[in-house]
Amino acid sequence: MTTVEPIDAITFPAARGGCPFAPPPAYQEALEQRPVTPVSLWDGSRAWLVTRHEDVRAVMGDRRFSADARNAGFPFLSDGRRELAVENPSFIRMDDPEHARFRRMLTGDFIIKRVEALRPEVQRIVDGFLDEMTAHHPPADLVAEFALPVPSLVICMLLGVPYEDHDYFQERSRILLRNHSTAEQVRRARDELSGYIEELAERKANEPDERIISRLVARGDLTRAEVAGMSLLLLVAGHETTANMTALSTLALLRDPVQLARLREDPTLIKGAVEELLRFLSIVQSGTVRVAVETAEVGGTTIEAGEGVVCMLSTANRDGSVFASPDELDVGRDARRHVAFGFGVHQCLGQPLARLELQIALETLIRRLPGLRLAVPVEQLRYRTDTVVYGVEELPVAW
Amino acid sequence: MRVSVDPDRCCSSGQCVAAVPEVFDQSEDDGVVLLVQPSPPAELRSAVRTAAGICPGRAISVQES
Repeated sequence: MTTVEPIDAITFPAARGGCPFAPPPAYQEALEQRPVTPVSLWDGSRAWLVTRHEDVRAVMGDRRFSADARNAGFPFLSDGRRELAVENPSFIRMDDPEHARFRRMLTGDFIIKRVEALRPEVQRIVDGFLDEMTAHHPPADLVAEFALPVPSLVICMLLGVPYEDHDYFQERSRILLRNHSTAEQVRRARDELSGYIEELAERKANEPDERIISRLVARGDLTRAEVAGMSLLLLVAGHETTANMTALSTLALLRDPVQLARLREDPTLIKGAVEELLRFLSIVQSGTVRVAVETAEVGGTTIEAGEGVVCMLSTANRDGSVFASPDELDVGRDARRHVAFGFGVHQCLGQPLARLELQIALETLIRRLPGLRLAVPVEQLRYRTDTVVYGVEELPVAW
Repeated sequence: MRVSVDPDRCCSSGQCVAAVPEVFDQSEDDGVVLLVQPSPPAELRSAVRTAAGICPGRAISVQES
């Protein structure tokens, strides 16, 4: 007879360690010792943490694991996230075919050719904010003056949202994504944002334009609430992620002068470098959640129907069986197998746009500001640990 | 090499188009994969394998011959 050792569950989310770019040590340990491991969530419920690249792809590409939070046993990572997932969920919390119906209304806007055609416009926006930042004496906060305004203006332009309202939607986006937001705070922020977009949609019904919100309204087969839900998803996802990637990538390069010099000497490396930074930084730190709707085996562990799964993208991207020397940043490696955008049918809709923005923002920053450096000791930097998207709170730089 | 695609599995990530634009394209309407070259020449085969490996919908099949 064999006995099974009782296993202590990891408390989720686990604390980060000394390196600001590395996943929490508890998850790294799980990757090495027990790649499918039990975790204890904020409300005391249990779920499985999946850490290996192969297993994360297997779960996220398997219809036996549902993204629909209305299924029993769905793992919620905070009270606020439960509110968002259960009440009027957007299509990221649906399964196919329901999910595909909504998603395919938007995928046409993000095809490679159409996004590539935005290059001159995005370059103009990047140059504009960099001009403004460097028009005053250093230091400047790269987050507030460059990393956040660039994707914010780009997504406003695509959706047809007035950029001058950015304080309004940025504040509320932060509340939606923050772990310690209460259900009540999340509900209020979401309702205010939905109301804001529904009002905008009403105006577009009378004065249509060529932007996404207006076209969703003009379809005629979506309710105002559905238009608002889809637009809200793009608005929030479209600026928080790219903003944090831009700032954290800049910091990672400033902390690694060899890699920065390689990029400066050979700007054609930028596309591959962006993939490597996506892999290395894996800013979606909360993990991606699913619930098993049928019993399934993952990496040798049986997951019963009704059990929750948290896929850890950051450890999957540091899986040594896929990426050699995974803890090293190497802008010359082929990192395209990373899962920073997720995997399966829910993989990031806006990824071609995110790539374009990151390539242009980082290439321009490196080219135009050869003397770019931190304006404070690195120990003084504070990081965004209490939210879905990891990053640096402020990045004071000089040039 | 014979390449085939399953449009029903495609999630329009566009990564195949970015990897090998000579072999894959996307529908203008919804970004779903279009196969331009079912029998790619030798110099593109490694890139096609990469595209199949990173496709999030596992919509690309490659038959080596």
